[in-house]
Amino acid sequence: MSRLSRDEVAHVAHLARLRLSDEELTTFTEQLGQVLEHAADLQSLDLTGVPPTAHPFELRNVVRPDVVGESLDPAEVLDAAPDAEDGRFAVPRILGEDL
Amino acid sequence: MSAIDLAASVRRGEVTATDALATALRAIDARNDELNVFLHVDRDGAEARARAVDDAVASGRDPGPLAGVPVALKDNLCTRGVPTTASSRILEGWRPPYTATVVERLVAAGAVPVGKTNLDEFAMGSSTETSAFGPTRNPLDPERVPGGSSGGSAAAVAAGMAPLALGSDTGGSIRQPAALCGIVGVKPTYGLVSRYGLIAFASSLDQIGPFATSVADAALCLEVIAGHDPRDTTSLPEPAPALVDHLDDGVAGRRVGLVSELVEGADADVVAQVERAAAALEAAGAQVVRLSIPELRLGLSAYYLIAPAEASSNLARYDGVRYGRRVAADELGAMNEATRTLGFGDEVKRRIMLGTYALSAGYYDAYYGQALKVRTRMIEAFRRAYEQVDVLLGATAPSVAFRFGEKTANPLAMYLSDVFTIPTNLAGEAAVSVPFGTGEAGLPIGVQLLGPGRSEARLLAAARVLEVAS
Amino acid sequence: MKSGWEMVVGLEVHTELRTATKLFCSCANEFGAAPNTHVCPVCLGLPGSLPVLNERAVEMAMSIGFALRCTIAPSTFHRKNYFYPDMPKNFQISQYDLPINSSGYLDLPDGSHVGIERAHMEEDTGKSTHLGASGRLHGAERSLVDYNRAGVPLVEIVSAPDIRSAAQARLYVAELRRVLIATGASDGRMEEGSLRVDANVSVRRPGAPFGTRCEIKNLNSLRSLQRAIDYEADRQIELIEDGGTVRQETRHWDESTGVTSTMRVKEEAEDYRYFREPDLVDLAPDAAWRDRVAAALPPMPGVRRTALLQHLVDPTDAQREAVEVVLDLDLDRYVHGAAEAGLDAATALARTANEVAGAEDGADRLSVEAFIGTLRLEASGQLSATQAKTVLADLLAEGGAPEEVVARRGFTQLASDALDGIVDEVIAANADEWSRYRDGDDKLAQFFIGQVMARTRGQANGKAVVEILRSRRG
Ligand SMILES: [Mg+2]
Ligand SMILES: [Zn+2]
Repeated sequence: MSRLSRDEVAHVAHLARLRLSDEELTTFTEQLGQVLEHAADLQSLDLTGVPPTAHPFELRNVVRPDVVGESLDPAEVLDAAPDAEDGRFAVPRILGEDL
Repeated sequence: MSAIDLAASVRRGEVTATDALATALRAIDARNDELNVFLHVDRDGAEARARAVDDAVASGRDPGPLAGVPVALKDNLCTRGVPTTASSRILEGWRPPYTATVVERLVAAGAVPVGKTNLDEFAMGSSTETSAFGPTRNPLDPERVPGGSSGGSAAAVAAGMAPLALGSDTGGSIRQPAALCGIVGVKPTYGLVSRYGLIAFASSLDQIGPFATSVADAALCLEVIAGHDPRDTTSLPEPAPALVDHLDDGVAGRRVGLVSELVEGADADVVAQVERAAAALEAAGAQVVRLSIPELRLGLSAYYLIAPAEASSNLARYDGVRYGRRVAADELGAMNEATRTLGFGDEVKRRIMLGTYALSAGYYDAYYGQALKVRTRMIEAFRRAYEQVDVLLGATAPSVAFRFGEKTANPLAMYLSDVFTIPTNLAGEAAVSVPFGTGEAGLPIGVQLLGPGRSEARLLAAARVLEVAS
Repeated sequence: MKSGWEMVVGLEVHTELRTATKLFCSCANEFGAAPNTHVCPVCLGLPGSLPVLNERAVEMAMSIGFALRCTIAPSTFHRKNYFYPDMPKNFQISQYDLPINSSGYLDLPDGSHVGIERAHMEEDTGKSTHLGASGRLHGAERSLVDYNRAGVPLVEIVSAPDIRSAAQARLYVAELRRVLIATGASDGRMEEGSLRVDANVSVRRPGAPFGTRCEIKNLNSLRSLQRAIDYEADRQIELIEDGGTVRQETRHWDESTGVTSTMRVKEEAEDYRYFREPDLVDLAPDAAWRDRVAAALPPMPGVRRTALLQHLVDPTDAQREAVEVVLDLDLDRYVHGAAEAGLDAATALARTANEVAGAEDGADRLSVEAFIGTLRLEASGQLSATQAKTVLADLLAEGGAPEEVVARRGFTQLASDALDGIVDEVIAANADEWSRYRDGDDKLAQFFIGQVMARTRGQANGKAVVEILRSRRG
């Protein structure tokens, strides 16, 4: 399937934090290519001037008052964490940049 | 016993909620090992709820319209303290610290949640085969799928394990399993039912709805769960509509459109039942016209770009940091990757990658952007159709329940199971699947009634006509 | 800055909003609480949770828009997708192609004008603590995350690339900070991180097209901002003069070493996959809502500065500085009150910027009437400058009316009756000086004032002394 290359699938997998074996890469490239091939019917349409619809409704300005409500019990929250220390969620060292 | 009759009996003190629960638990115990319907049965929680309902009745308080009715919940609905997995390894063992609005409303109406039902992982599938915890079997033929993604909830009702169940419908995940299991399923108008506490698959498409053995039970359940919720910004700003009161409105004078694109490619037995349903509606006083809405053919492609795009973002939070499972690694990125790689099944990975691709720089306009425009076209096409007719009629699924493994090798073949249900989700409108006749191997067939937003009362009245005629 | 070169700077300022709750949930927006005590399903990104927009945050964002003369337009929210453990959902809800505020400007005290491209709403991230090594990320063994700050409302204010020097950048941030504080939307605290600045810096030969820019992060103070921009511009110029080219990248400012270093180059930049946030609806404040917010806004520092300077003829640098003090502490009413009462504005400004500004919370007790009354007593000669300052100090400490302080301190007696006698005593004791003064040596007035002051321990009014001297001279 020419719509999608192995490299593109590998890149997308990285963006999505998924690791694929060589075999999976082959299978997924083929399967995703088929779906995109099916979606080719959309690409051939001339939809210039048609506005996009991201929401199937017309609601606007839905807001809540700025009033403090209840938060969760930190003990319960941290109990659900795979790793916690000192009232905080713990993660292994971060390679990459300071943000 | 129907949910309506059961609740009435409980309210009158003729049946206790505890007995009703015991009946449900017996049915679950009898077949759950075989069918794999419930991932978790909350016996203690349910017994406590049932006792509370009985106490209320004993002390003269009305427990509500669903008094003592056991309800099965799709396991993508958060329930405080009760394991909630979305049928994914990545959430195995997670107990939410809060409860979904719909579940709160059921409980406030006297219902008794009995447990959490199996689904396709994160609701991504049409057969319940993508569940990390094994497939659910169709109670009518255990060699076949119950449909999906709400296969567990449909099977629970079909197997008599609970009179009512909740599912979620993103592209047909209530209607298609309802059709394959021979029960009623409703996909409400987007925004009619709060999504707060529903583990998101595709936020702009997801909608919670009921499964029931009768149209009246489905109507009552929907009345209970519908209505504005300030915790869901996309929820419609109005109270639940009156549905039960309109069940016997009939279809006299209604214009019904039999849509060629909603039977195209369906098996002959399915097409035959849709034709028979059209005749039944006509016999009840409706005027049936045949029409074509070519835009509906674009639904599948648009859906398989929009839904994965939203899903790729919704599922990014499963990273092993705050909750759920973690696969250890000595560095954060590797931990995230190992957790997600082992935590998600192939179908979920496929959709995450598809959605990531559709949104990524350079492809957005060609895929996701184009799909959003098709969505506009779809909405306009439906609007034009509803200028001519009041209700649209078609098949729910292209075939009766299929066999395990039949469509797992080819994702696209599986996706085609939802070809008739997807357009309603893209348009944010309402649809009902109601059992109507049988087909191959005596298996049930569902026909689908579609209407514009907020047309649930009209659709349920039409479904009731078919229910009676069936 | 090396001659023959020009720097081009644009600033991105993130300000936390002073709402009671977070942007999309009702957890308290409070700095300094115990970790993970202000978290809920929404701001922790738990499965099934949904955001609901904070009305007050929208109003504060609009206030900032009005203050920066922006167009306030219908807007939408998008998701910015990237993985980072501080971000509970691994996407940030932000505004993208349709921000609430766009195309405004800010006038700086030096008369320059900086365009504002946009000022949009978004949510803050949580906060990581890096364990091991130096507390910096690099070399840390493990990081701990607190999500109290996750979901706190932010407005990101993006300037046009109109800034041409590090000093101007500093002036811009200082003035923007004043504006943000004035709107009530921000507390402006850079050290607590409630105001954060990133700088985009490039260099060019004057008149040439824009050069390649670098974005500098970690600018925690006005001083860092100014130093980092100067360093970065010099670095780029040197690079180009040595035949190199500037690479578009994000750089980290290190305050201790005074240099910027590469954090990530553009090719490594994430593909954010922005798309419309499907869980939120469009925001389109109607005219009535916008008008209500605009009407509630106090005058902005620029307008107030102009009004204060209007009272002065050819203001000196010291007076301009005094005006800034008055603006920062919100003491304009004293200067305007005195000027409108016909009193000397320069004196009123000096008394306000020194005495009033110097007393902590004193302005709570000193009424404008009491301030004017004190200055009037000083102007009429009933109080000396020193006495007037003493009266103000008492009023700032205890409140009340100046007449009460004057009576309690006995300043009235001295001013009206006793002073004549004291001047006569001084004349008598300094006959030689007196005869020279009487013959027209006006410089000696200072000598007599000094003598009178010594005898009254500074409580006499200099002008009144001169008048008595003149009357004795005949
Ligand atoms: Mg930003
Ligand atoms: Zn919160």
